[in-house]
Amino acid sequence: MTVTEHVSLVPYEDALATYDPVMGLEVHVELGTRTKMFCGCSTELGADPNSQTCPTCLGMPGALPVVNAIGVESAVKIGLALNCEIAEWCRFARKNYFYPDMPKNFQTSQYDEPIAFNGYLDVQLDDGEIFRVEIERAHMEEDTGKSLHVGGATGRIQGASHSLLDYNRAGIPLIEIVTKPIEGAGARAPEVAKAYVAELRELIKALDVSEARMEQGQMRCDVNLSLRPHGRTKFGTRSETKNVNSLRSVERAARYEIQRHAAVLNSGGTIIQETRHFHEEDGSTTSGRVKEEAEDYRYFPEPDLVPIAPARAWVEELRGGLPELPRLRRKRLREEWGVSEHDMQSMLNAGAVDLITATIEAGAPADQARKWWMGELARSANETSTDLAALPITPAQVARVAELVTAGDLNDKLARQVLEGVLAGEGDPDTVVEKRGLKVVSDEGALGTAVDEAIAANPAIADKIRAGKVAAAGALVGAVMKATRGQADAARVRDLILERLGAQG
Amino acid sequence: MTDIKTDIIRLTAAEIAEKVASGELTAVQVTEAHLARIDAVDEKVHAFLHVDRDGALAQARAVDERRERGEKLGPLAGVPLALKDIFTTEGIPTTVGSKILEGWIPPYDATVTRRLKDAGVVILGKTNMDEFAMGSSTENSAYGPTGNPWDLTRIPGGSGGGSSASLAAYEAPLAIGTDTGGSIRQPASVTGTVGVKPTYGGVSRYGMVAFSSSLDQGGPCARTVLDAALLHEVIAGHDPLDSTSIDAPVPPVVEAARNGTVAGMRVGVVRQFSGEHYQAGVMQRFAESVDLLKELGAEVVELDCPSFDLGLSAYYLIAPSECSSNLARFDAMRYGLRVGDDGSRSAEDVTALTREAGFGDEVKRRVMLGTYALSSGYYDAYYGSAQKVRTLIVRDFEKAFEQVDVIVSPTTPTTAFPIGERADDPMAMYLSDLCTIPTNLAGNAAMSLPCGLAPEDGLPVGLQIIAPAMKDDRLYRVGAAVEAAFVERWGHPLLEEAPSL
Repeated sequence: MTVTEHVSLVPYEDALATYDPVMGLEVHVELGTRTKMFCGCSTELGADPNSQTCPTCLGMPGALPVVNAIGVESAVKIGLALNCEIAEWCRFARKNYFYPDMPKNFQTSQYDEPIAFNGYLDVQLDDGEIFRVEIERAHMEEDTGKSLHVGGATGRIQGASHSLLDYNRAGIPLIEIVTKPIEGAGARAPEVAKAYVAELRELIKALDVSEARMEQGQMRCDVNLSLRPHGRTKFGTRSETKNVNSLRSVERAARYEIQRHAAVLNSGGTIIQETRHFHEEDGSTTSGRVKEEAEDYRYFPEPDLVPIAPARAWVEELRGGLPELPRLRRKRLREEWGVSEHDMQSMLNAGAVDLITATIEAGAPADQARKWWMGELARSANETSTDLAALPITPAQVARVAELVTAGDLNDKLARQVLEGVLAGEGDPDTVVEKRGLKVVSDEGALGTAVDEAIAANPAIADKIRAGKVAAAGALVGAVMKATRGQADAARVRDLILERLGAQG
Repeated sequence: MTDIKTDIIRLTAAEIAEKVASGELTAVQVTEAHLARIDAVDEKVHAFLHVDRDGALAQARAVDERRERGEKLGPLAGVPLALKDIFTTEGIPTTVGSKILEGWIPPYDATVTRRLKDAGVVILGKTNMDEFAMGSSTENSAYGPTGNPWDLTRIPGGSGGGSSASLAAYEAPLAIGTDTGGSIRQPASVTGTVGVKPTYGGVSRYGMVAFSSSLDQGGPCARTVLDAALLHEVIAGHDPLDSTSIDAPVPPVVEAARNGTVAGMRVGVVRQFSGEHYQAGVMQRFAESVDLLKELGAEVVELDCPSFDLGLSAYYLIAPSECSSNLARFDAMRYGLRVGDDGSRSAEDVTALTREAGFGDEVKRRVMLGTYALSSGYYDAYYGSAQKVRTLIVRDFEKAFEQVDVIVSPTTPTTAFPIGERADDPMAMYLSDLCTIPTNLAGNAAMSLPCGLAPEDGLPVGLQIIAPAMKDDRLYRVGAAVEAAFVERWGHPLLEEAPSL
């Protein structure tokens, strides 16, 4: 099904000249608990459909939920890391609505008694500016199953002959994190949205409560957006763009909605409160279901579960065990590594910060660790469209390459070949060096011979150098490197050339 | 009384267990006698929806084999039981009295089912009930009504009419019921049997198909107080699969049932449990019961619990609200009935057609009531107010139990009414639970036991005893004393006055 919704967009700057955007971001994080939120079924991905189900997560008559204690602990940790208050007493609530892949036709969630509330997350924009995003609440709930619509053109339910239901995901713990309305970001609203989701992702990973892999749906973002004319305090009507699943898409969705809302408002139209779908191909959104009336979920306290009252001492213990916040950690690392804000931001976006840290911990100098991960390895990851972390090379192996370079056993060119060999599965760095015969020629005799031959073969250049044109030495270095198949230390070669020709370097 | 089978079916559960343990009877003999009784009378009574002949005999054989091997048997090993069709039974149909679960074979046992099996209790089959436990007469069963063994043209109570009728008809010496607003006690009352609603959280709800989660409570049904206590002990106790299950020792109910006394106890009579809806013969037998308690050495205290008058109204907001959510899962997607799935209809249409065909009128009425009561804009006025009333009732009970050890009342305002009489008058039907509902709302414990026949119609009247939460043993201590005194006065158990079928 192709999307045929004809909308004219207002140029971005023009939209911002007239309106202030107000955003609300709702992020769902799938926790990495071993078992589901309310039963003992495994949460492992990739199992056969419906192989990880039981009476409880299938919503069988008579089955009852039991709360996963690790799920509650993860929720409290997230709440604390988001500077939230932790409820002294809270309950689960039933959110009643019908969908075939929701086994009970209600979702066990939390309503007016979330476990964490009133917090904030400071996020860093590309230029280093800090923007405070206020957090309304973080609450616990369960995921639904998955529908697979068969027989239609696009996997959508329209035109499908039948649907298959897989309940393996039903009951996997989710934490929903809801911001307060984000105001005052102006033209930077889309950037704030991206930076918030990026920071939240880092935070979740640092807390070790989820891998937070957006491409796998472990973290999903809804972008709610409205515009209001400058000077007005009352919010406009919002649209809710659901399941925006990459950092770039979050930014694009916000930007697109600003332009679309402005176009509708400028032409005298009214924004309809509705769910919208985001399209990766062209960065547009299209209307989903229109909320003709506010959906009535008929929330009420879940009678099958008892209230949760996190003991204060336990909450403080968890607070004491919180890891260093990612933003502060990056600040510290930036100082330790002596890199610019911009470079650090690049490392963050590339997902390289943890890898570089691990490489340094394995013994590599900071500049080398950074150089290899952000250079050769980032390029390789790009070419193969994989995550840096998914490359078949470990920080320890990169550290070994750096060690060989520092010892003068490899030069940069050879080091790149070693990395290439490791990525190609030829073994660890020492094995690749051995197999490929990649070793700097440090035998002064052999090197001297190669230098003498290069001088003899290029008398004109040698004369220039003798006459003081030291820059010409490069050509002779190149010749020696070629003769040694790159396996010489270029700096040493240069010294030898200048020494023999009596020039000062 | 020369036929050995006739003798067996008239034994109490305690007697059967003793005879099986001593080898005087085998569990297979006992089971066969009860299966034969079911064959003989259940066509008329219709207490059972499903008889598990093979499963029952297999369980009985297993008990006999254990005895032969010299293993020690539990206090109810080899005793047959009728299980309300609201508890899941692995491999055995569980319908909850509804068409919507017709043909469903659960893949798992309820905790109660499991504990019964582990105790060597022989499950004869599944008993009839009002659909999803909604009703006071068993007329709302999708599989036809059950007759009251005292008069087959009258109701056996509800929702657990199948369980109470099976006891009164001597088809089983023990049964399991569930009580959301009176569904154990009111059937016990109108059939001249004993029924106990334990403290909420005392018996696991895991595998008990939910009607109203915050009110539902499974419990024992029997013909004697001691039998009820023995069964109570087998099924009660903490279950990690039910978050609302109480993690504390089961009150000493069997010990209490063996040592009945009311001497020195303070017994409360609540002013609100009387009035225009109460049949004269019921009030007469109740008054005699109160006199008996005094004779036995109890001090009687009059109590005022004004919030109890609001109990019925609060109940009919809370129970439907919770059921509207609990029953949402019956959508034809995963189990049970599926109507209209011919390839031309959407999932929503199939769900709607299935519910239309699969749910009865009373279920639909309550789902609609509950959906409305929980709706945005109405929640505070209905569900919210009802929860406040619930708090008031809890407080009235707390105040009452500062003054008395137990409260007594008639179990239900009238004796068994004729089948059909209230079928089209839901409000009249709801009044059956006037005295039983406050206990469910408060979550405490109550028992119904026979206290005579109403002079005007010759039908059984029930005496209700109410105890504070986790003081279930008081029910048995008082119940056993009252039962013993009445049996002595009558010269025999009340049920012996029931007509033979």
